Amino acid sequence: MAQFKAHSVLPGFNLALGFTLLYLSLIVLIPLSSLFFKTATLGWGGFWEVTTGERVLASLRVTFFASFAAAVLNAIFGLVVAWVLVRYTFPGKRLVDALVDLPFALPTAVAGITLAMLYAPNGWIGHYFAEHDIKIAYTPLGIVVALTFIGLPFVVRTVQPVLADVEAEIEEAAASLGASRWDVFRRVIFPSIYPALLTGFALAFARSIGEYGSVIFIAGNMPFISEIAPLLIVSKLEQYDYAGATAIALLMLIISFILLLAINGLQWWSNRREIR
Amino acid sequence: MSLPHQLINNRKIATHESKAVTLVLITVALSYLLLFLGIPLFAVFYEALGKGWTLYWAALQDPDAWSAIELTLIAAAIAVPANLVFGVAAAWAIAKFEFRGKSVLITLIDLPFAVSPVVSGLIYVLLFGAQGWFGPWLQEHDIKLIFAVPGIVLVTIFVTFPFIARELIPLMQAQGKDEEEAAISLGASGWQTFWRVTVPNIKWGLLYGVILCNARAMGEFGAVSVVSGHIRGMTNTIPLHVEILYNEYNFVAAFSVASLLALLALVTLFAKSIVEYKVKDNGDRHPHGETE
Repeated sequence: MAQFKAHSVLPGFNLALGFTLLYLSLIVLIPLSSLFFKTATLGWGGFWEVTTGERVLASLRVTFFASFAAAVLNAIFGLVVAWVLVRYTFPGKRLVDALVDLPFALPTAVAGITLAMLYAPNGWIGHYFAEHDIKIAYTPLGIVVALTFIGLPFVVRTVQPVLADVEAEIEEAAASLGASRWDVFRRVIFPSIYPALLTGFALAFARSIGEYGSVIFIAGNMPFISEIAPLLIVSKLEQYDYAGATAIALLMLIISFILLLAINGLQWWSNRREIR
Repeated sequence: MSLPHQLINNRKIATHESKAVTLVLITVALSYLLLFLGIPLFAVFYEALGKGWTLYWAALQDPDAWSAIELTLIAAAIAVPANLVFGVAAAWAIAKFEFRGKSVLITLIDLPFAVSPVVSGLIYVLLFGAQGWFGPWLQEHDIKLIFAVPGIVLVTIFVTFPFIARELIPLMQAQGKDEEEAAISLGASGWQTFWRVTVPNIKWGLLYGVILCNARAMGEFGAVSVVSGHIRGMTNTIPLHVEILYNEYNFVAAFSVASLLALLALVTLFAKSIVEYKVKDNGDRHPHGETE
């Protein structure tokens, strides 16, 4: 059998790895495994019945569509923000750059109540839309607003470093061969930042799927219309339907795991392209 | 005649945008950030202070608010050091040694980031709740974890689990192990090597991880909400207290307490920028490789 560990003169491997595995098992692996065991008590039939229930499917649809819409918005505007932060200088740029991380630092509950207040029909932003009979808060549009806030940093932060690395020489070469600025962007710059853009999109999307705190205040939480999947887990828990809650949770875990794998694949692809 | 001039002009056109395009792009970017970040941030403080300082202070001096603040500080004071020790141990094993299954281990460490906050809370209810695996045993021994403080601490540890490890692993991998090997071969003990060689090398990355971990620990809502039971003055953290006040239509108080968390977010962003700046200044390798 091949050796498990390569020889090293440094001490502490057994202690460090032993502690890591113990802590990982106790905090993450054993608790997560409870999802599988609890769902197993339902059996496949029960699992299928819960996860294909009409209300569950409706909540998954709402979650997916809103997450997708928010991630698309962030991909478009995030690219513009990353471009502006990398390529241009303007007063207060460092402040703006630091502010981009606000959604990572601001607790979701605070974001939730603030956005709900702003986009309510009588809110600062909501009343402009209310004049045109568009309701944002307490509708699926409100969910998109909250998820756009939550996902905003992802695209900016993944595209920024890659965009900064695009070499000016390549752009100049393209230009000297007669390409217009738009051609240079479309044919030279965009292909090199495209994997990063897609990674950012996927990260924002994955984060949005599980988001709870910022959404519940602004969503209105109407079953079949603006009820997200994580909220359905909570309401099943409150009715002591543990098996039902767990089945939905397991489904969501599987979905996020697939997304995680896809993101790792994207990052690998993106790194490989950078090396070439 | 005008050919060279035209060429230079053409090149400029193709490597830089026109003034108008630049202006439009900056306006679009700043408007987007203002709409989604600037206005909400301002609104938190405006709603908190709009009715005057008296109401603001009254909301913060409420005993329930105080016990929420206390509980949040306790949860963070346990979760952050616990994950700090774990992060350093994991990074030491992963960055300084070669062993099989390393990439699987890294993926597993990232797992809590892929789990919805609600699901994070749920798995602890399944373990320690009244109907959970250890539920009957815990009840026999009169130990309460769920709907009590220990449950809140546990889920806080879970949701902040990867923060410090994922800052340190790439940083320590990039730094390699030459310096440590040199120290050992010159006769230093393992702990001496760790404290005198490794720690000074990773201190900024460590601090960066701690800042992010702390922000999440204090602000976590979904996971904590599932295991807390929302007992006022007992198992409420600051974010949960905000929710209760908001649902009672006590908006001034809700935003007053929320402004504490918004302040925490601002301090976090500021500290983060300082650390990033320091890392750049030292010519160090930034954990995300943004500098060099």
